Amino acid sequence: MGSATEYNRRDLFKRAAAITVLAAGGTSLLAACAGGSGSGDSKSSAAPSLGSDSKNPFGVKASDALDVVIFKGGYGDDYAKVFEDAYKKAYAGANVSHLGTQEISGKLQPRFNAGSPPDVFDNSGAQAMKADVLVSADQLTDLTVLLDAPYLDDPTKKIRDVLLPGTVEQGTINGKMYSLNYVYTVFGLWYSAKLFKEKGWTPPKTWDEFITLCGTIKAAGIAPFAHQGKYPYYANYVIFSLIAKQGGLDLVKKINACDATAWDDPAVLAGVTAFNKIMEGDFLLPGTNGMTHTESQTAWCQGKAAFIPSGSWLENEMLASTPADFDMAFLPIPSLPNDKLPATALWAGAGEPFMVPSKAKNKAGGLEFLRMMLTKDGSSKFVATANSLTVLKDGVNADVPLKPGTKSSAAAVKAAGDVTFNFSFQDLQTAFDAEVENATNELVNKRISPAEWVSRGKAATSKKV
Amino acid sequence: MRHRKTPFIFGFLVVPVVLYIALVIWPYLQTFGYSLTDWSGASPDMNFIGLDNYTKLFRDSAFLDALQHNLLLLIVLPLATILLALFFAFMLNVGGKSGTGGVQGVRGSAFYKVVFFFPQVLSVAILSVLFQGVYRTDKGGLLNGVLIAVGIVDENHPWDFASNPTFGLWCVMGVIIWSGVGFYLVLFSAAMQSIPKDIYEAALLDGAKRGTTFFKITLPLLWESIQTAWVYLAIAAMDAFALVSTMTPGAYYGGGPDHHSEIMATLLMRNFITYGKAGYACAMGVVIFFITLVLSVVSLRVTRREKIEF
Repeated sequence: MGSATEYNRRDLFKRAAAITVLAAGGTSLLAACAGGSGSGDSKSSAAPSLGSDSKNPFGVKASDALDVVIFKGGYGDDYAKVFEDAYKKAYAGANVSHLGTQEISGKLQPRFNAGSPPDVFDNSGAQAMKADVLVSADQLTDLTVLLDAPYLDDPTKKIRDVLLPGTVEQGTINGKMYSLNYVYTVFGLWYSAKLFKEKGWTPPKTWDEFITLCGTIKAAGIAPFAHQGKYPYYANYVIFSLIAKQGGLDLVKKINACDATAWDDPAVLAGVTAFNKIMEGDFLLPGTNGMTHTESQTAWCQGKAAFIPSGSWLENEMLASTPADFDMAFLPIPSLPNDKLPATALWAGAGEPFMVPSKAKNKAGGLEFLRMMLTKDGSSKFVATANSLTVLKDGVNADVPLKPGTKSSAAAVKAAGDVTFNFSFQDLQTAFDAEVENATNELVNKRISPAEWVSRGKAATSKKV
Repeated sequence: MRHRKTPFIFGFLVVPVVLYIALVIWPYLQTFGYSLTDWSGASPDMNFIGLDNYTKLFRDSAFLDALQHNLLLLIVLPLATILLALFFAFMLNVGGKSGTGGVQGVRGSAFYKVVFFFPQVLSVAILSVLFQGVYRTDKGGLLNGVLIAVGIVDENHPWDFASNPTFGLWCVMGVIIWSGVGFYLVLFSAAMQSIPKDIYEAALLDGAKRGTTFFKITLPLLWESIQTAWVYLAIAAMDAFALVSTMTPGAYYGGGPDHHSEIMATLLMRNFITYGKAGYACAMGVVIFFITLVLSVVSLRVTRREKIEF
């Protein structure tokens, strides 16, 4: 999901997939369903176990070829070649095949259906395969074995000790971690520090201050709040952050698990009621409810709106439309009275999911590849080229320069410390998420009340994978 | 001669037929097969579950709503497109003032023909982008901009066009009609031009007005073209996927707000790709296939008329 590609991935997914289909013509909708050959045996090869050799814990055979598929998006695919070279160096006999593509689904779906998937792949981009679908089809390897493997830079540590908080949770479905999300993203509100300085506005700490400030901003002739209305999940970044801070980490866990009782927690209603004050105050940028992410974010860059919700890919995404002195800044969602989490707590998570198929021929090699990605050197190289943080703790060498937005989100990550939360349902419970997005869209259009939003969210839990 | 002609014809036909069977018929048959399974679309594993998908389908309120929207499209789309195309074609070919008794279109009809046909040249993707600009929900949108400038719409509460629950589907329909009229206009024009001018001239000499010549001459002689147009538009109405999925709001393939513009095709794609219910989606595909097939057969039968010779 969140990443620094030119467009937000999920939006692109919707549009690009639609265009692919329309290119194929209407009648082929029916034919689109067909295509799996159904051949290939469906037995998974044995799960790799952890050996005692810290240099080669998964027991990679140097003679086994490694088949890597990388999403060639905003980060390109050259960064993966660095890791591939490292792999070849360690296992001289291995023939590493590399495929950089934007059509993950197009290239991989037939291979999954034929039972011959690659050994490791980066499942993102416009046509990423749905993780929940892959898991329920038993197509992915449980990566717990990777988490327990020794860290390459310092074998006394395990991989799980060097990951930023939230990484494991982000890749977890039904209690098992299936994807290593490599890029670290924070979610919250964004504003122009320059504009705020000019107008003498202080970034609010509490939600009451936020609403008061919205009134001031509106009086100054600027729309206080814009959101990417055509894709309502951006507004959910705000709503669910409010809910998480009010209700605490257990509630987050329950919501992610599609537990219906979570929605009876008063924190849920409190969070959405607070959010609804934006609509009550008529603080929305006119037309924002029907705008795409590009339209609304551009309006925001032009100073037509003060705040916009998004993840930390925003800066890279809007690079071309951002004025040079815009001074982009990140604001964690302001807090409500009696919050269970501190005001600095924030929704942070990992994107760019790397997965090892359960039917991969060289599973050990796929896991080893992931382990090699998590060295400090590899991580720094990635940060330098992609201008985005990785999930490796302190994974940036000091000499890598950061842009203002990235700097301020990095500061927020530091301030949050261990108190981050992460809603994974947007990626892992897509049927549930679709219903919640619809409800949010109704809410921002003032067609339902916060209480109705809660009951619709509760009803949507029946769509659990 | 016969023994030499047969291999010749066979030689030409065998490749396309094999391709057609392999790339069209076979996937269709596969889809029928998959619709009887619980296939996820992401693994070779699947179990035969009989007609479960179909029984579930007809209890799925989302599907039934989508079906209703398709039926609405089915009624409005052909009717509006054909009427508009007929009207324009008539005006462009025989609607002009007949000074000396000759039959001609309105002044500048050759120019209008190009203008009307133009939308047909655009691909659906471009149409979608174009009309997202037209329907944009702030004053940057073409319609909103004009309406705000004229003072009909309040700048702080612009119209939400495609993301409006009541009018969203109609906005999309407008685009489909706009893009389709040109093609049927040209189709009907060609048919009209093949009608001998003597017939019109005779009618005009008898003192027939424009309306009379249209209903008594043009329409009956155009019937076969209209019938064809009807079948094509009915098939288009069962699809409409590209525009609905790109122009309307909502999670995964549009259809929003809150399913108000949901059609069978968007629901199919969401189930197939997003939710991993490929077997279920295949069942939807089969249902769409049969509805389209039945519609085509029925409309060809119902509109069958005595062929008029001239």
